[in-house]
Amino acid sequence: MDTPLINDLSICVATENGSGSASSNNILFKAIFKMGIPCSSKNMFPSNIQGLPTWYQIRANADGYLSRKDVIDVMVMFNDATAAKDIYRVRDGGIILYDDSTPLSPTLKRDGVQYIGFPANKLVAKLVPASPLRAKQRNMVYVGALAYLFGIDMSVIKAVLEDTFGKKPAVIESNLVCIDAGYQYCKEQNFKQNIARLEPIPNGNKGKIITEGNTAAAIGAVYGGASVICWYPITPSSSLAESMEYYLPRLRKQVDGKKAYAIVQAEDEIASASMIVGAGWAGARSMTSTSGPGVSLMNESIGLAYYAEIPCVFFIIQRGGPSTGLPTRTQQADISLMYGASHGDTRHILLIPHDMNSCFDFARQSFNYADRFQAPVFVAMDLDLGMNLWSSEPLKLNAEQYDWGKRLSAQDLDEWTKAGKKFRRYFDQDGDGIPYRTVPGNENRLASFFTRGSGHDADAKYSEDEHDYKYILDRLKKKHDTARKFVPKPIIEKERGVKTGIICYGSSYEPVREARDRLKARGLKTNHMLIRALPLTSEVRDFIAEHDTVYLVEQNRDAQMAAIIKDEMPELGAKLTSILVYNGLPVTAGEVVQQIFEAAKTAKTA
Amino acid sequence: MAEAAKINRLNMTEKEYDGAPSTMCKGCGHDAISASVQRAYWESSIDPRKVVKLSGIGCSSKTPAYFMSQSFGFNAVHGRMSAVATGANLANHTLMPIGVSGDGDTSAIGLGNFCHMMRRNVNITYIIENNGVYGLTKGQFSATADVGSVMKGGKVNDIPAIDLAELAITLGATYIARSFSGDRKQLAPLVQGALAHKGSAILDVISPCVTFNNHEGSTKSLKYVKGHLDPIHDLDFVPPYENIEADYDEGTDHEVKMHDGSRIVLHKLGKDYDPTNKANAIQAIHASIAEGKFLTGLIFYNPNRKSFTDELGLCDMPLADLGQDMLQPPVEALERINSDLMK
Repeated sequence: MDTPLINDLSICVATENGSGSASSNNILFKAIFKMGIPCSSKNMFPSNIQGLPTWYQIRANADGYLSRKDVIDVMVMFNDATAAKDIYRVRDGGIILYDDSTPLSPTLKRDGVQYIGFPANKLVAKLVPASPLRAKQRNMVYVGALAYLFGIDMSVIKAVLEDTFGKKPAVIESNLVCIDAGYQYCKEQNFKQNIARLEPIPNGNKGKIITEGNTAAAIGAVYGGASVICWYPITPSSSLAESMEYYLPRLRKQVDGKKAYAIVQAEDEIASASMIVGAGWAGARSMTSTSGPGVSLMNESIGLAYYAEIPCVFFIIQRGGPSTGLPTRTQQADISLMYGASHGDTRHILLIPHDMNSCFDFARQSFNYADRFQAPVFVAMDLDLGMNLWSSEPLKLNAEQYDWGKRLSAQDLDEWTKAGKKFRRYFDQDGDGIPYRTVPGNENRLASFFTRGSGHDADAKYSEDEHDYKYILDRLKKKHDTARKFVPKPIIEKERGVKTGIICYGSSYEPVREARDRLKARGLKTNHMLIRALPLTSEVRDFIAEHDTVYLVEQNRDAQMAAIIKDEMPELGAKLTSILVYNGLPVTAGEVVQQIFEAAKTAKTA
Repeated sequence: MAEAAKINRLNMTEKEYDGAPSTMCKGCGHDAISASVQRAYWESSIDPRKVVKLSGIGCSSKTPAYFMSQSFGFNAVHGRMSAVATGANLANHTLMPIGVSGDGDTSAIGLGNFCHMMRRNVNITYIIENNGVYGLTKGQFSATADVGSVMKGGKVNDIPAIDLAELAITLGATYIARSFSGDRKQLAPLVQGALAHKGSAILDVISPCVTFNNHEGSTKSLKYVKGHLDPIHDLDFVPPYENIEADYDEGTDHEVKMHDGSRIVLHKLGKDYDPTNKANAIQAIHASIAEGKFLTGLIFYNPNRKSFTDELGLCDMPLADLGQDMLQPPVEALERINSDLMK
């Protein structure tokens, strides 16, 4: 028998949603985290409240690779509806855990895996009175079984329960007895497995936090000064607005003994977008959160904000489209939708975070970009980032000042008048395409103007004149080009002499990082560039130009980022090979490696 | 020497409340409404700099440019003014929003947002310039066209009209009036009342379209409307600073006290009418519709509902004026969050 791998393991828990498994999975994940082992979790859940299949995949990896593991080492087979398929999701040599309260159906037997049964139903029946709680507590039993089999100490489990349910000793106790029952049963049976062991790493996760991108972004938005938040519930973005509802009263000081923010659940996305446009126009830092279908509905207001030059921020947590698509699965398929949202010639600023810290930072900074560029700004996230738990370095606050952009106060206007300067709302005063603005409430008699989504001249007067119209359109383009110099630059990792490059963005970063190490081990060295914003910066052009072959990893079918790059730099387009993963699941390193080798082979034979 | 122009309590002439020249058709009811609105602001001595003017799309929605140039204005997108105004109100509740919309903008494309604005009782004076047709796209029926009304080309409308006053009562608006563009004597004090009110004040103003809906067979033509007005009462607006007793008949008149201390005195015309009674108000609208008439006057008033920003408990200072020192939590708070997230 092989020696077990230390701290290298993937566990997939198959259950029904609404069965309470979220709680037991969370405890299991946090216990591994508490042991100091680098770990991640991916929740693959249905668009449903109760009764449909859900899978929760935990990966523990001493080397710190945290993307979804390509193979499943251990399957907790707790959902009869998917069991027939679940048994084949486990790798050869893997383990299947199941509830043997009733005998295992012969159809669920396969070769090449180890079956370990424990009577979860019977155990909880003894411990928990008949109640809806009993079915939920059944899931705690597999936590105990896994803890015994792979070496999670019960004291760690207890500590996690205390962290989670601190003020409710009865809840801690009721969970603990069920977990312990699973643990003790496996111990009494003297079950053995030899594929992996989890061993504590002292100080392994010291100083690390566990959070979701939506939470990190919500905290960032609070720190960034969001004061008008209007939203409409839609997966996978709702938890961002709900986190703000949680954090705003806890974090932001009251003013006049009252709230210094307004958070409004709108009647639809058309309304939430319109509201934040109104609020941005009136001078507040305003935002909404939504996903693809919401962006579709918001398009008209986004165009208004673009053309009338009104700051506002859109947090977009992408999911599987088109149409309702796969609302609970992840994708990066709304990049072109966001970049060119609304009718007419439009181009927007996108900030694209790839980890928890950039979710926090970009959320905060998005308001500076919106105010600086007087434009809608998108924070382009996805479900994998937004809703899965990630272990991360703590969130850090830089001491930067808020940038309110070119916003003139009544006093500023007085000084302009003294200096003989005239306030012209849509005039390119500084040659950077960004005009000056005033906001309602400015009592200087020269401050007011009429904002409109229809044609206007540099002085905000209604105009259908062809020169006036073109002036504004061209200036907006200039403003977009100015933004190119200010948006977050890509992060580049490169070595001299390496001629193959990989580009990715957003949640693909972690699997690509692992894929590069695997490629290197197999003889293919690569350089890497993480795109963090649109419009594209000059570094993107340079990176592509410096390499012979560039693989661009995206989580969509149509290579949307590649299309933007090819549109802007057609002379470099031929160097790009798209690596596309769009099955709705978080990308694995294996998928990237395999596609790159296939593409390389095709290129050679061609 | 010409007589000096009358000034209000801000030492401003009515002319100082002017806007850009109108581009409406000659004789359009909307211009008359703009004039009444302008008069109301001037009469009530409201500083135009404290006012924000918002609108959607359509002929009516162009009109905020034609009064009070010293106010900020926002001509947004079709049907969304109520939501845009809600956002502006959240950002700065110390400003007084006036929304000008049309029957297409409000009762068709923007109906949902309009309903929810009233449901929230957003503080706004919301004027619907109601002519039963889409003017800017040349004469299609709107959702307030009456059954049997004839389009210019001869098509007859057979779908019942949405009564915006009734809808407003049902959905929670707190000051609801109907008037006629041509009746400044009634309209200007109703606008003054709306301006004094804190909450959703809805004014459904019948405003005949002289170009596309002024023909024989139309129920929103000037001639037809004039012949079918059904005023509940005559009314006077008495501002808070006027101590003089208005012409008030004990027993036959109603007095409505506004949030800011001003009053509207309602002089009974026919039956006794209490505008604070919701059921009666709806009944009165139905009775008037049954007779083919337009019920006008202060139809409903509810002084007891908080406006949206009060309900939300927003700070006195406008959110738009809060600086980084007030918006950004301290760094220590982030350290606490981090340590919570380590568990």
